[in-house]
This record gives sequence, structure tokens and C-alpha cells, in this order.
Amino acid sequence: MPVRIWREPLDADKIKVSKAEIHILKDQCKGCDFCIEFCPKQVLETSEELNIKGFHPPIVIDESRCVLCDFCTAICPDFAIFVIEKDCKEGC
Amino acid sequence: MTEKSLELKHPYERFLRKERMPHIWCEGCGNGIILNCFVRALDELNIDLNNVVVVSGIGCIGRISGYTNTDSFHTTHGRPIAFATGVKLAKPKLKVVVISGDGDLFAIGGNHFIHAARRNVDITVICANNFIYGMTGGQYGPTTPLEAWTTTTPYGNIEHAFNLVHLAAASGAVYVSRWTALHVRRLKESIKKALQKEGFSFIEAVSQCPEIYGRYNKMKTAISMMKWFKEASEVRNFSDPAKAEISPDKIIVGEFVDIEKPSYGRLLREMKAKLKTKQK
Amino acid sequence: MKIELESKAVLSGQHFLNGDVACAEGALAVGCRFFAGYPITPATEIAERMARRLPQVDGVYMQMEDEIGSIAAVLGASYAGVKSMTATSGPGFSLMLENIGLAIMTETPCVVVNIMRGGPSTGQPTMPGQQDVMQARWGSHGDYEIIALAPSSVQEMFDLTIEAFNLSETYRVPTFVLADEIVGHMWERVNIPSAKAIQVVNRKKPENPPSEYAPFKPDEDLVPPMASFGEGYRFHATGLTHDENGRPRTDSAEVQQRLVQRLCEKIRRNADKIVKVERILLEDAEVAVVAYGIASRAALSAVRKARAQGIKAGLLRLVTVWPFPDKQIEKIAQKVKALVVPEMNYGQIVREVRRVAKETPVVFMSKLGEEPHKPAEILDALRRL
Ligand SMILES: Cc1ncc(C[n+]2csc(CCOP(=O)(O)OP(=O)(O)O)c2C)c(N)n1
Ligand code: SF4
Ligand SMILES: [Mg+2]
Repeated sequence: MPVRIWREPLDADKIKVSKAEIHILKDQCKGCDFCIEFCPKQVLETSEELNIKGFHPPIVIDESRCVLCDFCTAICPDFAIFVIEKDCKEGC
Repeated sequence: MTEKSLELKHPYERFLRKERMPHIWCEGCGNGIILNCFVRALDELNIDLNNVVVVSGIGCIGRISGYTNTDSFHTTHGRPIAFATGVKLAKPKLKVVVISGDGDLFAIGGNHFIHAARRNVDITVICANNFIYGMTGGQYGPTTPLEAWTTTTPYGNIEHAFNLVHLAAASGAVYVSRWTALHVRRLKESIKKALQKEGFSFIEAVSQCPEIYGRYNKMKTAISMMKWFKEASEVRNFSDPAKAEISPDKIIVGEFVDIEKPSYGRLLREMKAKLKTKQK
Repeated sequence: MKIELESKAVLSGQHFLNGDVACAEGALAVGCRFFAGYPITPATEIAERMARRLPQVDGVYMQMEDEIGSIAAVLGASYAGVKSMTATSGPGFSLMLENIGLAIMTETPCVVVNIMRGGPSTGQPTMPGQQDVMQARWGSHGDYEIIALAPSSVQEMFDLTIEAFNLSETYRVPTFVLADEIVGHMWERVNIPSAKAIQVVNRKKPENPPSEYAPFKPDEDLVPPMASFGEGYRFHATGLTHDENGRPRTDSAEVQQRLVQRLCEKIRRNADKIVKVERILLEDAEVAVVAYGIASRAALSAVRKARAQGIKAGLLRLVTVWPFPDKQIEKIAQKVKALVVPEMNYGQIVREVRRVAKETPVVFMSKLGEEPHKPAEILDALRRL
């Protein structure tokens, strides 16, 4: 995995950590960008990476902004993204 | 997050025939969204998948029956409703769902649609209306808007389009709604309602074909088609379906019909029960 | 109108019925519980009988909006696990052909009855014909084999409808009952045996669990076991070329080759088991008639008369028209001086007879319109050989 898609915020330890866990099955993505365009919180962005089909899958730019609305899961025509709520028993 | 995701399963994976994925649809095609909404409806209703039969006709959307992890049948062009009628009447315990295209259901298969609705056969029909014959490369069909450009309307379409919700309501459907591929929640809720309804239920899912329809009609990307849905849609629940227009500036969406009427299957059962008492 | 309230599926006993009604009773006796059709002369009486009888035995009669819908509904019911049929005549049969191809491709057991009238087109609705026998064999597109039976009496309308269902269930292939208007409409005595005496064949079911089920993986007889919808197998069937799992394979020449070959070979290789003919006075025959359906009745009479006049004539009556009884005809063609083929068309099965008879001369007798062949005409032909 190319290092460039990892974007850990520098102040990660200071900000409120998200309860959302966004999963991207990037090789399933056909790059329609719906999840990016219609995410109400602008959590995602087009990556520069090319997947095996030659499309640019999305990447998460800020998981903490996710409000678990699940719209990306629902609008994805390719079942390539889904969000799960973290098990926060030990604190998120 | 990305590394974990390789092992994690998509929550709807069990509804899909995984070995047949990825599906054949173009990037940004609404068909995938309709499939997504359909499986979420199944999930939320907690239906036993062994009792679901998905029937489709020929067309891009027609391939959908190959992707759902249910019993399924891919008929000839235009005939899924007639096939589904046979399935439902032969085995009433099954939930029979037809998912097919505007050309399949309303051009070549139009006669079966109106008659199944009239009889109130207990099936759910979902039409992916992309205003075009996608599979064959973009010819006009019965829902293509006036003036639209297709490969067989090189000077603009001069045929008037069917208003599918009006047609369904007039033919006798007990549940009729229209949503676009952007209305993922309401579409899913509508599918849930339709699946639980006794009788003939119909959902028009206005869908984008960015590859052909969009490209030739000034919406070059899937996103621009979705933006059209977003900007033009107006929810008018239980308004007159005859006035539910689809035009460049307005797409009237909503539920239009939700009535009770005995289904064909029920009347058949009652008729046979009466006969039985006479036979004795 | 008073409706008799029979509740039995098998009306054992002696009856006086017309061919159409006998056909419907045969279907009920072998377990048909779904009929979808669209009225058409001269097959309407089958629909009417089914409309009355099916609800009595907990079956379904469906009058569809056209014949395309009818055959599609029949396939649907069959995949739901119910023995199904439709009945029509030429114009309706023409409409059904695309979905008969679908039945062939998806290996759907079903029976299609064609009570043949005069064609082409609307032709002569109330007149007999044998003009659809080639259409039955070749009418749908692509390469395939089907089974077709040709009853020549009312009793056979009953018996061969049963046989058609049994063959269809055995080989998972649409099977046709090709009768003509006369056989469909004439009244004769019919003996309906007891339910126990009727041989009933049901499609083979898968023995392996759903996780191992491949819906189009054949057994040694080239026929795949068939699960029904709602049994937990969750399988897919398509009219597209598909592999053994039912997965569309529009890209592979090999899959196409394997599938089409199997669809044809499952019938060809079993032809000996399928084909039935009736041999009458053929042992020492020097001339023979090859006939089926209504024409075979006059032929039988002609052959008897010829014998009375000292002509060593015989009759080979085709009960099975498709697959074609090549071997049976070849054997006779080698023995006799010449063959006579009377048909109520302008020359269809005679082409097949000529193909098989090779050098043996074949005389064709065409008949079109109301009147079937007269025994005297066939006798005349035999005398002139
Ligand atoms: C009898 C017959 N005629 C024509 C075709 C060719 N054909 C395949 S798909 C199609 C149109 C499909 O349009 P639609 O139902 O709107 O589905 P879409 O591809 O747009 O999803 C046509 C005309 C066919 N397969 N069968
Ligand atoms: S051609 Fe259009 S309808 Fe067909 S898959 Fe592509 S985008 Fe979808
Ligand atoms: Mg379309």
C-alpha cells in the first residue's frame, strides 16, 4: 500500500476520536464519486491511487467528522464502502 | 482503516452472489444503487431469502437477477412479469419481485404490465427507468422525454413519453411510488412497503445512465445526472399521478397510491374454498 | 350451465369425449396443476376444460393476455415446481416460439399442445392441418432438440398427453402434443385407467445440499437434477449461455459449445428410449405408408383394403414425430419398393422421410383444407407403386 494514502492528522491525539469506522473496498470501486459528492460532512476525497480496475477510489480525509449517517453505504452502486460504529466499550 | 477493510465483509454481502461481482454496470450507473436499495430493504424486513424470487428481463438492469443471492430467473425480453405471475400462482408462499427496465416492462412487455396490475397479481415490480434502451447502446424507448437525443432520435425525440406512475395507477396497482436513484432511503422504504403489500405494487426508480443517456443529453457525468435528480425532484406524496411530470426542471416523486384490494391469489383461494364446500 | 363437481384428478372409467377434453384429462391425470393459455380455435376446449377442472383439484387456471404471456407463466410455474402446460394453435404457437427457446435453454419441463389448423397466418381456423410440424422442430432460433408426439385418436390425446409430461419431466425439455383440428374435435370413447395404473414420472431432484448444487450440472444421462424455487437452493437460471452454475457466460466459445451440445445430445442419445412408432402389417410388406395424426387413420384403412386386394402393404405410424424415427423408417425403407407419405400440408415430414429413405422412392400426398385424405386415395397411390 502506498504511503501517500495514509493521512493521519498531526494532531490526532488531541482531537475527539470518531465513533465511525469507514471501510473502503477499494478494488470494488468504480470511481463514481457519489460517496464523496453526497457525504454531508465532506469526510471523503478522491485518492490519487489507481485500483485494479483503473479507477480512483475515495480515501477518508477525516473520519472524526463522520456522523454515521450511512449515506455513502447506501448510495454506493458497487458495494465498495461501508461504515460501522466502533465498539466503544473501552472508550473511543 | 483501509487495511482492515480487506478482511472485513460488506454488511450486505450475504445478499449478493459474490462470485459474480463486480457487476457489469458502468461506473455511476443507477442500477447498482437500485440493487443496493433492494438488498437493504430485504435486510431490514428480515425476510427469509429462501422465499424470495427475483425475476428480470433483458437489458442492463435485467442482469440484476444474477446478482441477488436468492432464487432468480432471467427471462426473455419483456416477459418477466408473465413469468413471475406463473411463479407466484404456483407457489403463493414466495415473495416474487420483478426488477427490470423501462423498455423491457413498458415497450415489449407493456401488455403484461397492465394486465398483471389489472388482475392485482401479488408481485412487486420495480422499474429502473433510465429513459433509454441502455443495453443495445442507447435507442429511444417509451419513457424517453420529448426532444431528447438518442441514437435513433438523431433529430430529437418526437414521441410522447409514458408517465409510468399514472399508467400503473390507472391499471389498478395497489401501491405506486416514484423515487430517483438519489433518494436511497425513501426508495428503500418504498421497496419495503411494496414487499409487504398484498397485490400488485409498482415502484418507478428513476435511474441514471451516464454512459449513454447522460452523455448525449448534456449531463456528462454520473454526478451531473444525480444533481439533476437533486435539483429537479419535488416530493408530492399522494398527489395526482396524472400530474407527476418528469421534465428537465421538475421530477415529481413520492408515493401516489396505497390502497387495499383483494389480490388475484386471494380471490383464487376463496373461489377454490367455496368450490370445496360444494364438492363435499 | 350446470357444472359437475368432480373432485378427482383421474376420472377413471369409460367416457365419450372430444380430443381436446381428453387431452386436458390426460394432463390432470399425470399431475398437471397449472395451465396458462389464451383462447384459440381449435384448442379452446382444452382451456375451457382446464378452467373448470383445475380449481377442483387445487390447481391454477390462468387466462393470460396473450400466448407469449401464457408460455412465460407456464415456465414460471414449472420453476416453482408445478407441472404446467399451455394449449394453442398455429398463430399462438408462433407467438410462443421465443419462450419455447427459453424453456429449451433453461431446461424447463413443460407441455405445449398445438391443435393444428390451416395456415399460414390466420388461415382456416376451423379446418385441420399438419402444417406446424417443421415449425415445432425448428421454429425457435438456435440449435436444439425437442420432443413432439402426434396423437391420432381421442384415446391417444389422453395417453400421449401423459406421455408428453413424462418425457418432459425426464429430459427437462419442452414437449409438444401436435394434434390436428380433427383429432382435437372428434368424439370417441376414452378409457381412463385407475390412478394407480397411470405411470407418472417426476423430474429428478438434487440430492446434494444447496451449497453444492450446480443447477445445470448434468448427470450421466446429460440431464441436470432440478430444484424448485423456494426450496433453499437459491439458484439462478438464464436464457443467456451459462455454465453449470447457471452463471452467464457470453464470452466463452467453450461454454457455448458444451451447453448447446448437451442440450441436443440429451435428446439424441436417448432417442431410442423416446421414439415410439406403431408398425402395422409391415412384416412382409412390399409397399408402406408412413403417416401420423389424422392422415394415419385413412392410411390404416387403405392398407387393410390393399391387403384385401392382395397388395402387400403396411403402415408405419409415427407416434413420435420429433426426435425423428430415423432408424425405424430406414429399416422399412430398405425392405420395401416404395413409401407413401400422406400429410395435411404441402410437404413437411416427407422431407425427413426422403432423407432417411435414400434411394427408396417416396410418394408424397398433400392435402390442404377441410377434407382429410380418403382411404381410397391412399389405396390408389399404393396400387400405382
Ligand atoms: C425480442 C428481443 N428484442 C430485442 C432485444 C434487444 N434488446 C436487448 S435489451 C433491449 C432494451 C433494454 O432496455 P431497458 O429495458 O430499458 O433496459 P436497460 O438496458 O435500459 O437497463 C433490447 C431492445 C432482445 N434481447 N430481445
Ligand atoms: S449503459 Fe447506461 S444503463 Fe447500462 S450499465 Fe451503462 S450506465 Fe447503466
Ligand atoms: Mg432502460
